[in-house]
Amino acid sequence: MSDRQDPLIIAGERYTSRLLVGTGKYKDLEETRVAIEASGAEIVTVAVRRTNIGQNPGEPNLLDVVPPTRYTILPNTAGCYTVDDAVRTCRLARELLDGHDLVKLEVLGDQKTLYPDVTATLEAAEILVKDGFKVMVYTSDDPIIAKRLEEMGCVAVMPLAAPIGSGLGIQNRYNIVEIVENAKVPILVDAGVGTASDAAIAMELGCGGVLMNTAIAEAKDPILMASAMKKAIEAGREAFLAGRMPRKRYASASSPLAGTFF
Amino acid sequence: MMTIYVNGEAREVSTDYTAAQLVATLGLEGRRIAMEVNRDIVPRSRYAEHIFAPGDQIEVVHAIGGGQPSQPL
Repeated sequence: MSDRQDPLIIAGERYTSRLLVGTGKYKDLEETRVAIEASGAEIVTVAVRRTNIGQNPGEPNLLDVVPPTRYTILPNTAGCYTVDDAVRTCRLARELLDGHDLVKLEVLGDQKTLYPDVTATLEAAEILVKDGFKVMVYTSDDPIIAKRLEEMGCVAVMPLAAPIGSGLGIQNRYNIVEIVENAKVPILVDAGVGTASDAAIAMELGCGGVLMNTAIAEAKDPILMASAMKKAIEAGREAFLAGRMPRKRYASASSPLAGTFF
Repeated sequence: MMTIYVNGEAREVSTDYTAAQLVATLGLEGRRIAMEVNRDIVPRSRYAEHIFAPGDQIEVVHAIGGGQPSQPL
């Protein structure tokens, strides 16, 4: 199995790892670097913010520890509450990364739930796709909206499992399965994963991958959790490909009854 | 002299002040940054020739750690 080819393909690019990670909330850049390495992730999401004008110019930069030569950098629009802010952020990110046009779009609806504003998300996705961006889009677990985003040309659709940073795990498996079964682009669970079993469940449901940040960064030992998540994603994927046994209501003995001497 | 606004802060500069001069003043030469002037991107290749106008709103950004916005910004 391990040498069987099973790449995750996003916008024509092949990835071996199905775990995508964020870079927020780590203790320092060194912990960020080691945790990302332990996760085996190839796609790493970053935020775009004002450069601190007063800072020491020699201060290390995130992209020094997560170099674009080694990782696929996925700029995100985290913290954007309007279409305009999200579109501007993506354009700045493209300039920042020398024309790299893969972005993670998220337009949030309110600060308490951090739930996506799906109407604004649809609007921003349309503008960005027309502008040549390859859009991976964060959305709610609504199967109709997920399909619409795919039809608009998004390269991956990323429904939430539970609210961002909640660690509650997958709250509506049936919606996730519905979205996966109807999709022609990868479906990645984004947000809400708390521990390794949550990630494994997402993969067992047939998701193409999982994007997470808090579950790793806020674990007591982020590096060990990154390694656990890597294994959970792989285990869940293999279980999905293997095809689980049917659920049965009654017991079914696994040892033969023939040949018993009692 | 004229006033321009860099990441929200007013700065007094000469009337022929360029994007390249700003980047040098900020000590950001060779750093991975992006610049927006009045909401339009100024590509890195044009920093030397881009002269600011009075009242320009300039944003200079870079990549930072983040994935999911767990805290409002």
